Amino acid sequence: MRRLLGCVLLLIVAATPLLAVEPDEILKDPRLEERARTLSSELRCLVCQNQSIDDSHAPLARDLRVLVRQKLVSGDSDDTIRAFLVERYGEFILLKPRFSLDTLVLWMSPFALLLLGGWMLLRTSRRSILAKVEVLDSTEQARLDELLSAKEQTRS
Amino acid sequence: MMVELGHFALIMAFATALIQTILPMWGAIARDPGLAGMARYSAFVTFALVLIAYLALTMAYIGSDFSVVNVAMNSHSTKPLMYKISGVWSNHEGSMLLWVMILVLFAALVALRGGGMPERLLASVLSVQGAIAGAFLLFILLTSNPFLRLADVPMEGQGLNPILEDPGLAIHPPLLYLGYVGFSVAFSFAVGALVHGRIDAVWARFVRPWTLLAWIFLTLGIAMGSYWAYYELGWGGWWFWDPVENASLMPWLMGTALLHSTIVMEKRDALKVWTILLSILTFSLSLLGTFLVRSGVITSVHSFASDPARGVFILGILTLFIGGGLSLFAWRAPSLKQGGLFAPVSREGALVVNNLFLATSAVAVLVGTLYPLVLETINGSKISVGAPYFNLTTVPLFVCLLVLVPFGQSLAWKRGDLMGVGQRLLAAFGIALLAMMATFALTRGGPVAAPLGLGLGVWLIAGSATDIINRCYRRGSSLSAIFERAFGLPRSAWGTALAHAGMGITVIGISATAWGVESLAVVGKHEPLSVGPYTVSLEQAFKRKGEGFREDVAQFSVMEGASARGLIETSKRIHTGREMPTTEAGIVTYGLGQLYASVNEILPDGRVSIRFYWKPLVTLIWGGALIMALGGAISLADRRVRIALSTKTKRASSSNAEAKA
Repeated sequence: MRRLLGCVLLLIVAATPLLAVEPDEILKDPRLEERARTLSSELRCLVCQNQSIDDSHAPLARDLRVLVRQKLVSGDSDDTIRAFLVERYGEFILLKPRFSLDTLVLWMSPFALLLLGGWMLLRTSRRSILAKVEVLDSTEQARLDELLSAKEQTRS
Repeated sequence: MMVELGHFALIMAFATALIQTILPMWGAIARDPGLAGMARYSAFVTFALVLIAYLALTMAYIGSDFSVVNVAMNSHSTKPLMYKISGVWSNHEGSMLLWVMILVLFAALVALRGGGMPERLLASVLSVQGAIAGAFLLFILLTSNPFLRLADVPMEGQGLNPILEDPGLAIHPPLLYLGYVGFSVAFSFAVGALVHGRIDAVWARFVRPWTLLAWIFLTLGIAMGSYWAYYELGWGGWWFWDPVENASLMPWLMGTALLHSTIVMEKRDALKVWTILLSILTFSLSLLGTFLVRSGVITSVHSFASDPARGVFILGILTLFIGGGLSLFAWRAPSLKQGGLFAPVSREGALVVNNLFLATSAVAVLVGTLYPLVLETINGSKISVGAPYFNLTTVPLFVCLLVLVPFGQSLAWKRGDLMGVGQRLLAAFGIALLAMMATFALTRGGPVAAPLGLGLGVWLIAGSATDIINRCYRRGSSLSAIFERAFGLPRSAWGTALAHAGMGITVIGISATAWGVESLAVVGKHEPLSVGPYTVSLEQAFKRKGEGFREDVAQFSVMEGASARGLIETSKRIHTGREMPTTEAGIVTYGLGQLYASVNEILPDGRVSIRFYWKPLVTLIWGGALIMALGGAISLADRRVRIALSTKTKRASSSNAEAKA
């Protein structure tokens, strides 16, 4: 369980945003600001190449950052804001695609592959255990002992 | 004249590459030693010809011959020599030429070193190398020719993209290409083995040094690229999950899996079919990476249409080699004999689990990178797959993999004793736990994930140390005996330990990003701003002119408590010629951490809008990667591996240096 927790927590580290937020945009309430950053690190700057609005210097990104903050101040939840932006700009704006029929394969394939691979490993390893059970028959064992004792004698 | 000579040499190289493809393969199949023997010579000739072409283009750059389109577009007569030479690969055409040159260089090296290899295997390997070279040479000649002339010769070139004008350009692409293209050797060996129908530990011994070499270069290339992006782009990030980055990460992940599975094959003659498949997949991902970067299909679906010929051509090459390789695999693999059985709990078993995790993370990156493209083609929906997806998929896979690494490293071949290994690793586990607890206590109230990650890194390092100590230390043996054993250990043991410890160091560096501090502010002169343990204050803001640019500079003094720690300078630069703005980050290293400054804007009233980061332990991220590469290099220097590279292969069987196999 702790290992799992570790996985989950490490994710949060890796996702820590690096910001292009400008000083005058920062909200006074640190908790709202925190939410604003997490949210905007998951929103795509629509005119940039693979940048979040949090990282980008583009004017559009700035407008969106301000918009997100305004909505947060007026009390909207993260989901409401996301839904609003998707309504306006399409799913394309979400850097973390929502789970849907379209993204089923995207989200499932790594885990499906891991499970499939694990299952195949288990199966083959069980087979190799079966193969291992072959024991030497009595004549083979006698021959082996003979060889081993001959080797002992030459060594001593 | 030089340029025409280069152009002609390139056309000739295509012809000799065809000869290199067809005759040796024929010879290998028809068992005609004369034809098979052609392989080596044609590989040398192809290399010489491509080298002539490459040097001709370089000469055109050095001499600023602006009658060549490629030079006029990407160079400038006032550029320093280093950027004239590296300017060759700063653009599509030139970098494809570099790609091919490294490819034929590898083929020539295989030919040079391959004296001890079975003739038919060598012939088919070089034939496949020739085919890849031929395909890409044709691609260059038909769609991306760097030797085209201009009718109206401009007086001056357009100069280099300022972001590229950096020592990083001189180092990063060649390293990356040496890595990418190096995996072609493994691919050719795999196809050669499939054609040949014979694959055994000897095959693995031949292919392993090449895989290791490619892996070392790719590791260095990725680390270098990451650091370059970190200081050049001015965002303070070191990995952005950009498609172009993913293109280099995928072959690295798959190649790391391949590296481990060839060890199993070499030592235990097991996992043959899987190793062959991995060889094909690793180079396929290299090709795919080249396609993604070169066609521009990922950054924008529309740039594909702007020059469809290139994209379609590379897609054709991709289909030919990946499809061909996999079809051959499907056809011939069932006839390969599976060797060496092993118990699930054994070194082999552990390496199989390693392969499962690495291959799965490679697939996760692949799926995430291509998904938007494929989905849009299927039903027109436009979605984005960004950093959150990649973090959510690869990080758990990697954490699980890394937790298991020390166990795998300590397990015996064939049948391991998990309890025994657990006991031996108890001390390492204790140290990791202690490190984690101590950091928890010291950073109470801070991010929880960082100490956990740090513990994981320490676990990897301590696990590697345990492995080395267990090989050297016996109860009651004298210190000199221990040292003697340590020196006597095969270099591959040291290499493995070092590479795994390097991974641990990188993990610590990554985890420490959570302790990073960021300060954004608009500050006036001498107005203090605190950034983590430091206090910075604006000393002066001024304009400055430099070679080929003008810039707005902001200079800050750094204080730690009451003691001065020097100056830090950051600027907004406008490059003359292209009128392109860049942010020059100011970076100062204190211990293992770095203070990072990036100016947003200098306001008319003299105040400065600035971003500061304190990034503790950040240098460990790249330092760890360097250590990983060093571990690889030490393994490469191992006697067994070296012997495989040398021509005197026959004496290899007498090497029983490995004390604990």
